[in-house]
Formats: sequence, C-alpha cells, structure tokens
Amino acid sequence: MSVLTINNLSKNFGGIKAVNDISLSIEHGEIIGLIGPNGAGKTTFFNLLTGLYTPSSGEIIYNLKKKVTTKDLKPHKITHYGISRTFQNIRLFNGMTVMDNLLIGFHSGLNYGIASAIFRLPSYYKTEKETYEEATRLLEKFNLLDKKDELAKNLPYGEQRKLEIARALAAKPKLLLLDEPAAGMNPQETKELKELIEWIRKEFDLTIILIEHDMSLVMNLCERIFVFDYGNLVASGTPEEVQKNERVIKAYLGEEAL
Amino acid sequence: MEQIIQQLINGISLGSIYALIALGYTMVYGIINLINFAHGDIYMVGAYVGYALTTFFGLGFLPSLLLAMLTCSILGIIIEKVAYKPIRNSTRISALITAISVSLFLQYTMMYFVSPQTRTFPNVLKGSRITFLNGNVMLDTKNIYILAITVLLMVGLQYIVHKTKIGKSMRAASLDREAAQLMGVDVDKTISFTFAIGSALAGAAGVLVGVYYNTINPLMGTVPGLKAFVAAVLGGIGIIPGAMFGGFFLGMVETMVSAYGGSIIKDAVAFGILILVLLVKPNGLLGKTIKEKV
Amino acid sequence: MKKDKIIKIGLIVAIYILVQALINVGIIDSYLELNIIIIGINIILAVGLNLITGFTGQFSLGHAAFMSIGAYTSAVFTAKLGLPFILAIFASGVIAALAGILIGIPTLRLKGDYLAIATLGFGEIIRILALNTDYIGGAIGFNDIPKYTNWTWVYIMTVITVVVISRFNRSYHGRACAGIKEDEIAAEFMGVNTTYYKVLAFAIGSFFAGVAGSLYTNYFYFIKPDSFGFMKSIDILVIVVFGGMGSIPGSILGAIALSVISTFLQNIPELRMVIYSLILYGIMVYRPMGLMGKSEFKFKLKFKPELKKKGGRLNVSVNNK
Repeated sequence: MSVLTINNLSKNFGGIKAVNDISLSIEHGEIIGLIGPNGAGKTTFFNLLTGLYTPSSGEIIYNLKKKVTTKDLKPHKITHYGISRTFQNIRLFNGMTVMDNLLIGFHSGLNYGIASAIFRLPSYYKTEKETYEEATRLLEKFNLLDKKDELAKNLPYGEQRKLEIARALAAKPKLLLLDEPAAGMNPQETKELKELIEWIRKEFDLTIILIEHDMSLVMNLCERIFVFDYGNLVASGTPEEVQKNERVIKAYLGEEAL
Repeated sequence: MEQIIQQLINGISLGSIYALIALGYTMVYGIINLINFAHGDIYMVGAYVGYALTTFFGLGFLPSLLLAMLTCSILGIIIEKVAYKPIRNSTRISALITAISVSLFLQYTMMYFVSPQTRTFPNVLKGSRITFLNGNVMLDTKNIYILAITVLLMVGLQYIVHKTKIGKSMRAASLDREAAQLMGVDVDKTISFTFAIGSALAGAAGVLVGVYYNTINPLMGTVPGLKAFVAAVLGGIGIIPGAMFGGFFLGMVETMVSAYGGSIIKDAVAFGILILVLLVKPNGLLGKTIKEKV
Repeated sequence: MKKDKIIKIGLIVAIYILVQALINVGIIDSYLELNIIIIGINIILAVGLNLITGFTGQFSLGHAAFMSIGAYTSAVFTAKLGLPFILAIFASGVIAALAGILIGIPTLRLKGDYLAIATLGFGEIIRILALNTDYIGGAIGFNDIPKYTNWTWVYIMTVITVVVISRFNRSYHGRACAGIKEDEIAAEFMGVNTTYYKVLAFAIGSFFAGVAGSLYTNYFYFIKPDSFGFMKSIDILVIVVFGGMGSIPGSILGAIALSVISTFLQNIPELRMVIYSLILYGIMVYRPMGLMGKSEFKFKLKFKPELKKKGGRLNVSVNNK
C-alpha cells in the first residue's frame, strides 16, 4: 500500500501556479528524489506536504502511523502522523546546545504533564532519563556525541546538516522529507551523506523524499525521481529513465540543447 | 449634526498633531527598526522651546515655530549619535529599553530645569472665531493654521522623500540598509537626516499644541507619543502616508468618542482600535502582508 | 535524597530563619523590611516575565497589568469579602492567569515589536478600565486593605515561583518554549504546538504576576490604577534584561540590584529619574547580555549522565536517584 498518495495537487499564489495539478504515489521504503530548476515548486510542494500551506485544490493522503488527509495537516501535527522534515536553509535552534536541539526533536513522543514536571513525579524522571539516553545513542550514531554541549551555531556546516537530520529522526518518523541536504557540502561530505541516508533508511525502516540539486547524489541514491518545472510534474521514473527524458533535458539545458 | 461637524473640526486639529508626531516614529522605524520612545519627548522639548522663544524673547509665531523645529532636529541628531548608534546591532529588547531610557532622561532633565509645574503658552496667534450653522459650530482660525501648517509640512516631506537625493537614500536605506550601503549610500548620514526631519516635525507639533491647548508640562509627551505611535501602527509602520492617515483617523475617532462616550474612555478606545487592527491586519491598514519564507 | 538537594533545601530554610530572626530582634527595621518585601515581589514579577520574554521569547510590555489584576482581586477578596489571605493569593493568581490566557490567545500570534505594542495597549486598557470602575475605587484608589503580607508570605511565594518556573523550564515543556524563542517555525515542525506553549508561558507568568500583586496590595493598605502603569511594566522588564534574559538567578540578582539602586536614588529625589535613565542606558550599552548571560542554577545538572565507553558499548548512568 502507498504511504503517500497525491491527487491533482495545486497551489496558487495570486496568479502564479507554484504547484500545478500534481498526482503521484510513493511506496513504503522508497528513496525518492525531487529535482528541477530553482523556482520549480519543489519547496512549495514540501510545504504543502507538511501543512505549512493549504492546497488550492487536490488532496494529500498519508498512510503512515494512521490514515491522514489534507484537512488534518498542520505543521505541529505532522510529527504525530509520522512525518519529519529538514529545511533548505538549516533551521537549528542556534543558541541551544546540540543535545538540547535533539531533545526538542523528541517532543512529540513525550507525554508527562506539567504537574509531573513541577512536582517531579516518577514519570518525569523516567521519561527524561529514557529520552536523554535515546538522544545520546542517536548522537553517537551521527558522530556528534563529543559535541553535545556545543552550541548548534558553532558547528561546521556539514555537521549542522547532520544534526538537523538527527533532530528530524528523533521524532521517529515513517517518512522523512529532506530539503537540499547536500547544499553547501563538498564532494567528500556529499559522499558521506549518501551513505548516511542509505543507512538511515535501513536502520529506521522509513521512506525518504529529498529535494536535491546535486545530480550525482540524486542519480546514485534515489530509486525514483520526480522532475518539476514551473510547478508541473514533467517527468518521473528511475534515474536512467529520467536522464533520457527529453523534457528533463529541455528543462535543465534549454531548448537549444536538443 | 452640528455637533458632529464641530467634533470633526476638533478631530482634524488633534489628528494633525498626531500625524506630525507619527511621521517621525514611522520614518525612524522604517530606517532602523526602532520604536523611538523618546520621540514624544522631542515633541515636548519643541513645545518648551516655542514657549521660551515667545515668552522670553517675544518672538512671533512663525519664527518660534521654525526655531523650535531647528532645535529639535539638532536634538534628534544628537540623540541618534549618542544613544542609538552604539546599540544599532544589539537585540530589539535592549534597543527598546535604551529608547525608554532616553525618553526618561529628556523628561526628567527638563523637569529638573523647568520644574514639573504646568505653564501657560502665550496666545501668539490672535485667533478670531467664526461661527456658523446658527452659531452651533465654531471654527477658530487656529484650527485653520494648524491644518495649513501640517499640510504644508507634509507636502514638504513628500517632496524631500520623493524628489531629492537624500530622500532617495532614505527610501533605499529603509528597504535594505546593507544593500544601500554597498550602493554607495552614506547610511550614517541618511539616518541622521531621518532623525533630523522626524524630530523637526515633532517640534512643530509641540509648538502647535502649545498654541492650540495653551498648556505645556514636562511629561506632556508621553501620552501623545504613545498615541502617535498607535497612529503610525494603524497606518502601517514605516509607511509615510500611513502615518498621516493613522494620525488623522485616530484624532477624529478620539474626539468623537470623548464627545459621545466620555473623555476617560477615549484612551482605551485608541488602544482597543490598535489591537483590533493588529489582529486583523498586523502590518497596518496600508501595509502589505509579508510571510516568512521557509 | 541527593546531597546537593539537601544543601539546597537547607539553604532555603536557613535564609528564611536568618531574616526572620533579624526581624524579630530588630536589626532589620521596618524600612529595611519594606525593601526586602519589595525585592521579593519584584523577584516574583521578574521570574514570571522571564519565562515569557527571556525564555519563550515573547516580548511583553504589559506585565504590570497582570499584577494589577491580582492586586485588585486580592483587595476585593480581603477588604470587601473578608476572605482568608491564602485564598486571596490563589484567586489573584488564577484570575490574572485567566486574563493572561484571554489576552494571550489573540495577541500571541503577533511577533516582536508588534506583540510588544499590543501588550502595551492591553496594559493601558486594563489600567483605564480600573480607573473607571467605581466598585474598586476608580481613580481615587482602593483604601483600607488589611495588611497580611509579611516576610514569611513573601519568602514562601518567592521560593514557590522560582522552583515552579525553573522546574518547568527543565522539562520538555520548557524546552519547547526555548525552541519557540530560537526558531518558532522549526519548533512547530518538531511537533511543538507553538500557540499552546506561548499561551501557557503567558498564563504561568501572569499567574505569578497576580500573586505578586496580591502580596503588594496586602502590604501597602492602598492601591491605585496608576501604580501599575506602563512604567511599572518597564521596571520589571529592566530587571529581566539587566539580570540576563532566560536566567533565573539573573532575575533574582537583577531585582536586588535595581531595588538597591532605587533606594539610594531616593535620597536625591529631584535627580533620581535622570540618574536612573543614565544607569539604564549604561546597562544597555555596556552589558546588554545582562549580569548572568543565560546561566542557570548550578543545581541543574540533574541529567548529566557520566558517559563511559566500556567495550564499545555505551553505559548511561543517571545520577538522580
């Protein structure tokens, strides 16, 4: 069964069709790439998927932790449904430590009450202890444990990207949306990122959709690719199919290339 | 009906004052994103300068007005250089508290020198009163003077902002200070100039208030300052026509409310409108909505 | 029980006994006691505002309004209805918190300066409403309020405020608030219901402002709406910023420091505000991060596990039993 089905999804800003009549479906465990020129509507598409924007028309249906449709989507609820995301321009909690960044990632899974926190009831100690341990394990897997007390803003760029992914995983998602995870990385870091993403899928058994401009990464990593241009879905298929597609070449290189 | 017209006339005069103060708030906010709480006190200084010139030096209305404007613009430049420049890159909250400290400094330094007592502004504009509609509506020539001077100053301001080189620098710096600097705009000079103009307008408002209401005191700037700020937000902060509109709008509403609902409630109404506008249209009635990009 | 916990409790009790003893033998005279009471009230106000502004990042210029709501509630409860003080304190907090929720839900959608202006506006509206309500004395003020507040009440309430708010801050609820301050959108995508937490922080802060108002009322016999104006809100904000945004020990030190400063300045009434404004300016320019920066109590290290690598496996032990 598909974890995500999208039917005729559109989003207009004034007269601009940022996303236009897109339909697709994604199966559990896939790694999907979204490519297309700048301004093609990829990030808008993510923002629709995560409830930041309301679609102008069409519907989004998730089958993750439970069945969820367009009207249920709100940014603060998506983690409860099993969706996590990262941002094109890294949005860490810059003034907080690496550990605290990660701990906030666990927010949607925690449930002791305010009274429990104030009166320090057993549930407080139990939950906090478990969360801290889990966060420690996650940081260790991401090789960030020795930096847990550093402020997020002081991390090098590549590690900030990694921390953002770790924070997204803390919510225990079934679907992970990565917005340009390799942006600003050097080839070595990109190579490590590819391995990291493959490892994440295996380790956490989840589906991944990523927006990326680095073609070598997308072509080597993703099983299926969707190509956006001017808000339209112009092509889709395996990396080999997409690379041969005339419309994709046109979108990327212009008419003359043909 | 007559009463409505009468209140409209009063409202336009009060609105002129608010609008003149609001312009300074809006210009300063537009360029350095600072709520300049001291702005109301510059208006107070303007009133005192006008008072001193007319009472002790026997100057007429117009020379006093111009000199008060000049004094206030110099004061505005000094405040910006001494107090605001060092905190230009600090957090919003410390900038705000700095502005409040400048406001307190002006109020209480003035109080130290002139004593807290209320003073009577000399009647330098020998106004004649025109009554019409069976004597039920009264139009003082002072009303006309205030409106005329306000309109003149606003036209002058529009000319400076839209037709001169420094005006272009002001507009550029308020859109993007760093980009303007890279394009060769002398941002420091532009900010000084903005403070000078804004403060001159506040100074003019101070003299006009003295002439119109006849009494001045060292704390007179606080409430009109807040109201003018409300006016600036109503119109959309950073937008010059917005401040004019907001000022007149608030002036009219207030006089109407004090005529029909009681004068103590009018302050609450001003803030009530402010909150309502902020909730419905947070960027003001003439402002554009900007959504944060993700 | 852990050793530092015992030290902490011991310290809290010792301070109480020491001051009470000094009051009993008359070393702390009524003037000094008055100042101590004011410091305590200011700590409660500042720690509450710190949760809203310093910790959750929501800019409020109307905190004194919630104090006034508590003050008038307490005045009505004790002077008009003759109810016990403890009930008045609690009711003051609850009603101020309800007002905080009522005001917070619509305004907390606003950000930064706009929120500041809206809270300022609400503060003024509440003051003007109080001025026009005859039942509570209107502009003349509320007279003949029984004096119940003493060192014991102020100290207990101050300790409760500090403990509740620092414990809240160190839970996942508090982390959510801190996340909102850092990046509201990112926090939201982490599953933080930002509206809920902003209103919650506002309600807790307002609750303690109400408590502070109650303590204030029942110490001074007499209150009037202008005691809780814009300048009072600014005073509280200055304590928070001076102490350090987000630092509770900072708020405590800030309240003490500013009370001491203003006591000294009372000797030169005509220049008091001029010097105060210069001090304020100096703090903002030379120490904008506050006395304590963002630092927390040393006792916070509850969940600092000792990480030991043994044979490649991670052993996490938590030393809080």
